[in-house]
Amino acid sequence: MSDAALFQFLLRMGDNTLLLGQRISEWCGHAPVIEEDIALANTALDLIGQTQMWLDLAGKVEGQGRSADDLAMLRDAWDFRNLLLVEQPNGDFGQTLMRQFLFDAWHELMLAGLVQSSHSEIAAISEKSIKEVRYHLERSGDTVIALGDGTEESHARMQAALDLLWPFAGEVFVADDVDAEMVENAIAPDPAGLKPAYLDRVRDVLGRATLTLPESEFTHQGGKTGKRHSEHLGHMLSTMQWMQRAYPGSTW
Amino acid sequence: MDAARLSGVDMVGTLPTVDDVWAWLDKVPDPEIPVISVVDLGIVRGVAYEGDLLVVSVTPTYSGCPATSVISFDIEKALRARGLEKIEIRRQLSPAWTTDWLSDKGRAKLVDYGIAPPQPAGGPQACPRCASNDVERISQFGSTPCKAQWRCKACLEPFDYFKCI
Repeated sequence: MSDAALFQFLLRMGDNTLLLGQRISEWCGHAPVIEEDIALANTALDLIGQTQMWLDLAGKVEGQGRSADDLAMLRDAWDFRNLLLVEQPNGDFGQTLMRQFLFDAWHELMLAGLVQSSHSEIAAISEKSIKEVRYHLERSGDTVIALGDGTEESHARMQAALDLLWPFAGEVFVADDVDAEMVENAIAPDPAGLKPAYLDRVRDVLGRATLTLPESEFTHQGGKTGKRHSEHLGHMLSTMQWMQRAYPGSTW
Repeated sequence: MDAARLSGVDMVGTLPTVDDVWAWLDKVPDPEIPVISVVDLGIVRGVAYEGDLLVVSVTPTYSGCPATSVISFDIEKALRARGLEKIEIRRQLSPAWTTDWLSDKGRAKLVDYGIAPPQPAGGPQACPRCASNDVERISQFGSTPCKAQWRCKACLEPFDYFKCI
């Protein structure tokens, strides 16, 4: 297996958690009630913690002396390998939780596969992360059900969020050469293989939320390969990275 | 504490036993829940010598918990105060931390402090203040990554519940 492919794979894992962690941090101090504010901040904290482990390992595999901080703060948009889903704007609270659920439902399945990885450090990071992610999934799933099966207003907003975000949910199941190499070396599960369990899980929650899954299977692509990110990523990075860009090497 | 008043490395430099080190670590408080020690919390996974280097293996509670680096610093500071000089704090990710590793002593101290200890059923057994079983969840998350917010419907007090993971 090439270190280049493994590096790309680790960036994908770490960039997903980094970008989603950054996105939901935007709610800090703005959520509808304080309990939800705390929940989002805690989820963000878990995701940023996981990012440190993934990007730390990525830097070691790359062998160029880049730390997790270097990778997070000093790369530009075209070098990011996160799913388009996680860079989408927060929208309203319901849209944020819908995005979270669509991500968590995959994240938990992926980590369950990675716990079996032939790479011991990847297995250890996944074993640590999955406990946190199960908790995220429980909460995001419950909230999607509560809001979907809530008032007329909350139901309409959740359906709109689902219609908006569903075309971003399929990107993660499209495999490329990096995925093939990971599967071949028993590093990671086959992305497409996770799809049936994912759909079962999503249909179950959305059914209880009285929401209708869009029929189209069209999916936007380009985030995980880095080929074409949405315009939102650059704006996020300008917020997230500006301190290191303006004052290189600053610490506190 | 004054280093000179602590028992530790003696005049001829004999290294303390592993049991001594465990006992000292059991006096290092968790920075966020200071009534329990880092040993009570179950995050110290090993104490062993590699030659004359003392290696303390520590596992994080939550991957993003900001207390993790403070804990490593506090452990090192406590051991240096005992005269140990060659120390390494090693991060151990696997097996992942579980609240099953909380000591019984630690669980009892949590209740005294007003925090309901973790239960496999997923919620507190009783209100840590009035012991009523009539409790409800306010939020799945709380003031630190390891806690959730609950409320007692009998005495009406909100309280922290130590999440079971």
